[in-house]
Parts: sequence; C-alpha cells; structure tokens
Amino acid sequence: MTRIDAKFAALKADGKKAFVAYVMAGDPDYDTSLELIRGLPAAGVDIIEMGLPFTDPMADGPTIQLAGQRALDAGMTLERTLQMARDFRKNDDTTPIVMMGYYNPIYNRGVDKFLVDAKAAGIDGLIVVDLPPEEDEELCIPAQAAGLNFIRLATPTTDDKRLPKVLQNTSGFVYYVSITGITGAAAAEATDVGPEVARIKAQTDLPIIVGFGIRTPEAAESIASVADGAVVGSAIVGELAEGKPVADVLSFVKSLADGAHRA
Amino acid sequence: MNDLFNSFMTGPDEKGRFGKFGGRFVSETLMPLILELEEQYERAKTDTEFWDEMNDLWTHYVGRPSPMYFAERLTNHLGGAKIYLKRDELNHTGAHKINNVLGQIILARRMGKTRIIAETGAGQHGVATATVCAKFGLKCVVYMGAHDVERQAPNVFRMRLLGAEVIPVTSGRGTLKDAMNDALRDWVTNVRDTFYCIGTVAGPHPYPAMVRDFQSIIGKEAKEQLQQQEGRLPDTLIAAIGGGSNAMGLFYPFLDDKSVNIIGVEAGGKGVNAKMEHCASLTGGRPGVLHGNRTYLLQDDDGQILEGFSISAGLDYPGIGPEHSWLHDTGRAQYVAITDAEALEAFQLCCAQEGIIPALEPSHALAHVMKIAPDLPKDHIICMNMCGRGDKDIFTVAKHLGFDMSDTEGRVTG
Repeated sequence: MTRIDAKFAALKADGKKAFVAYVMAGDPDYDTSLELIRGLPAAGVDIIEMGLPFTDPMADGPTIQLAGQRALDAGMTLERTLQMARDFRKNDDTTPIVMMGYYNPIYNRGVDKFLVDAKAAGIDGLIVVDLPPEEDEELCIPAQAAGLNFIRLATPTTDDKRLPKVLQNTSGFVYYVSITGITGAAAAEATDVGPEVARIKAQTDLPIIVGFGIRTPEAAESIASVADGAVVGSAIVGELAEGKPVADVLSFVKSLADGAHRA
Repeated sequence: MNDLFNSFMTGPDEKGRFGKFGGRFVSETLMPLILELEEQYERAKTDTEFWDEMNDLWTHYVGRPSPMYFAERLTNHLGGAKIYLKRDELNHTGAHKINNVLGQIILARRMGKTRIIAETGAGQHGVATATVCAKFGLKCVVYMGAHDVERQAPNVFRMRLLGAEVIPVTSGRGTLKDAMNDALRDWVTNVRDTFYCIGTVAGPHPYPAMVRDFQSIIGKEAKEQLQQQEGRLPDTLIAAIGGGSNAMGLFYPFLDDKSVNIIGVEAGGKGVNAKMEHCASLTGGRPGVLHGNRTYLLQDDDGQILEGFSISAGLDYPGIGPEHSWLHDTGRAQYVAITDAEALEAFQLCCAQEGIIPALEPSHALAHVMKIAPDLPKDHIICMNMCGRGDKDIFTVAKHLGFDMSDTEGRVTG
C-alpha cells in the first residue's frame, strides 16, 4: 500500500473528494519551489503532483512550458527534483507525491537506477505523459515491481474498446484528462465529464481524478462533484509566474482545495 | 536471394521498432489516432487504387521519375569515382518532400480528414504540404520556428500564396523541433478533423515506416536507372540527413544489396565537438526518446534536448529517424558529418561545375562526395541524392559569402 492508496482510503472514510495540486519542481528556483511545495498540505492539498522539467513538453500549454523553462534555467535537473522530494519528506511523511513529466530524463538516467532513487526519495507514483500502454515494458511494469504507482491518463479519445488496455496496469488512481488538448486549455463542463467518469468507473475500482482546464474554486467543486477529485496545475503555476509571493499562491491553492472539498 | 533473417528490409516490427529504436511514445490522447492511421495505412499499402492515384500524380503533378544525371564535369574535376546525381530537386516544389506529402494527403482524404497540419524547418515540407492541400482544397496549417520564418522568408511567402496559414513558433529556440512540439499540441487539441502530415522518417510508428515507403520511390527509380545506364548497382550511395527522409528513400531499396556502401551525411555545423554547435545526432548524440520515438538525440547529461546548429534550416533537428539509428548501430550504413564551411564550398562547386544550384541540405552530401571521390577508382559509381534545389538558400549563402544582394553591382561587402 503506497501513500496514495492510504490517502484515498482516508478520504473515502471521511466522505471527501481529493484535491490534487500540480507545481513545477524548481520553478522559479529551488528554494521558492520547495517553500511552495512544503506549504501545500496545510493549504488542503491531498496529493502533490511534482512536475519534472523537460525541454520539450509536447502535451503542455504555454504556462507549464514556461515554468519548465524557468526551472531549467535556474539549474533544475532530475537529480535536484529527487532532492526536492527528499527535502519535502524531512517534514512530511504522509502526503503522497506523484512525479509527472516526460520519459527522456528518466530513460537517460536509467530506469532501474531511477526507480530505486525515486522510491528512496519518497516518491509514491509516476505520471509519464509519453508512455502509453503500448510501451508498458519501458517503465510502467518495472515501476509497479519497485513499489511505485503508475498512474495512467485516460482521455476523451480512449474509447470503451481501448479502456481495458489503459486500465490494465494502472494503479493508485486514474487521471482523466477532461478535454482533448494541452494543459491550461479551455475548461470542460461537469455535465460532460460526469458520464465519462461513470464510463471509466464501470471498468475499474480505482479512484478517478479529473484534470486539465480547471482554474477556479467553483470549477474544482463542480468537477470534483462528478468524480473522486480534481487536479489544478496551470492556474497555480500561473499565479507563481505573475511573481506573487508564495503565501498568496498558497491562499489561492487553499481556495481551490476548499472548493474541491465542498463537493 | 536474401533470406528473411538476414534482411535489413523487414522492419519495423509490430511495435513499430527497428531493433530498440522507434516505438510509439505519445500521449494517450494521440494513441487511438496513430493506431487508426496505422490500420488505414496498412490497408492502403496493398490497395491498387491507392497506388494508382499516387503513380498518376507522381507522373503528371510531380514530374517523376526524376532523372539520373551523370555529373561529368564534376567527375572529371574530382578525378576519381563516377558521380551520378539523382535529380529529386527537379520535382514540383523543388525537393523530395512532395513524394511523401502526396501519399499522406491521399491517405488523409481516404480517412475523411479535412484539416492538415505540418511542421517545417527549411520550409520545403511546408511548401509541399501547402501545395498538395491547395490542389485538393484542404485547410492547411504549417508550424514553423520563428527563427526559421526569418531565415527562410521566400518559403513562408510561398506557403501563404498557396493558401496555408503559417504559424511562427516562439517556444524553445524557435526551430524545427519546437515546430514539431506545437504541431503535436495542435493535433492533441483537434483530434477529430485533423491529419498530421509529418515531413520526415521520424515520429511515432507508423510515420517512420510510412514516410520511408513513400520516399523509397527515389531508390526504386535509382536502381532501375543505374541498371539501364550502367548495367549494374552503384558502389556507394550518399545522402544528406536531417530527419533522414530523402536518405531513407534512396537507401531502403538497396539495404539488402550487400555490395552497396551506404553513407548518410549529417550537419556538422561549426564542427562536431564538445560545444555541440551541430546537428549530428548519430555522430555526436546518444539514444533517447523524443517526438514519439526512441532514436539518437542531441541531449545534455540530464536528458534535456539540445538545440541543433546548422547553416541549413532543413537539417537543424536534434534527432534522426529511428531506422537510421538502427542502420547505424547494426553497421549497415555509415554516418559522417560535414561542416557549414564544407557545405558552402560544395554548393559553389556544384553551381560552377554542373550548372545546378543545390539546396544547402544536399550540399552537405556533395561535400562528402568531394572528400571521397578523388581517392576512389574511376569505375566506382557514386549515386548522390540531389534532394532539393537551392533557390530558397541564395539569401543565406549570399550573407555567408559577404555578398550584398541589394547592391546592384553585386559588390562583396567584406
């Protein structure tokens, strides 16, 4: 049982929906980013998605792209992203961390070495955008064997025929991408998302968390009400990009978390 | 004949792999789309109606077959091997790119797609795509790095004349790799009506195999033409490589002809050294995953992708088609790098000796011909792919040679 499984069990016992926050590790610099991440649990964040910066984030919109560039410009690497998880774990041993990024930095480090290091750093799950089920042997299966959850994206183009393949080796939770598009794009309506979540739930017992396009506490509430939780990324990263102090970003995060928890 | 086990022509496997290279490293949103594309392509491949349409357009719209030209003065000048140029620069739109675009657009039409997107570096693939879209009345959107929009202005204007929307890409350093990222972002957003027409033998399976199959008309013709003109196979094939589609097109039909020496020429920029001011993925990179496939990439110690550097916008890509990576690792083909300066010298020599203004991309291939031809025997046949014409490059070349195009007397500005 990973911290992710434990978290969902606890939320279920409380009858609460999950709020997941995405931040780019190292944006705009290591210390600011660590301060923000350390503040997330107190702001009501149930699961932290820690973005691993990459030069070519082909599924991300401009907000996340620029965050990745700022992090890389400030010297962020995969090694320092692992260090950030280790630093976070010094004060928090329960909040799950999911590392989200692209495959090349992981492949470049060597999958086996990466998995040992990630597990030791206190990372609980992985979302790797450019590894569909067709490439499960690359990282998904070794990650599960190493005790890490491998969280898969399901999308509006994942039809019923394909869904079992997508769910087969998924663990922790299912991340439903509410729109066809990139991060930070137009929002989906709860009325559209609800039936899609039900469609996936018919085939899995895993929690379904919905992301992409959620920018306000109201949207977090309405989306979370038709799923097991909501993810917000670009809206939070955008606040930081405007140069707002960490405390202000955290109060925005709290408003989003409160929204999701009202659901 | 060649047995299957020793054949180099059986790839990719059912997972889209050439050895360990290739694959389908895309987001879930795109996965159903590329599976559908694969299914449709597999069907088209054996459909005579599909090939009848291709052949008709290749003949009457593109102008195929392209000539196989014996470059006699160049041969005499270099004093060694007999040099043939496969004249794909004479195709409609001035490069090999249209061979592949026609195939993909015919496929897109069969699939009922109404909107075509493409990435382009030098603009040749963008022009070819805009051209075929105009011919079929399809909406066309071309992503082009902002830096390339600047250095390839004539091609940008051509695309716009042909009715395409050209979107300058400012992410990253604004070159081909960034244009490909934005094209993928567009595709992920417009999944229902849009067909992504990739210009080279890279990207997720089935693109590397499909583009190779469409481009291999070059090698098929070359084989027949040399048989007619020389009565035998060539000894050496040479082609320039950015992503590697013109090279794959020439090489593929010869892969199992073991006597044929195959050489791919990468862009060496300012030189393949620690400063990485080049685009030589095989000579100066290592395997990684980008744009849907595993292949050799220019990357730093952390696995971050580096920007390539080349005088030629068409070669300015930090990756290479996965089949080339495999041919490199198996040793079936040899890959070398040519610098900007060497390519410029070859460009001028070709103009002066043969009355052919080559594009900067095949100028790299020609520079390698210049290196090896003098030491080869006179009965050694080299076939080089002249994959593009240089009209688009004259401004770049003028600038590098210190020639002021606005000066009506053509004075050199020093």
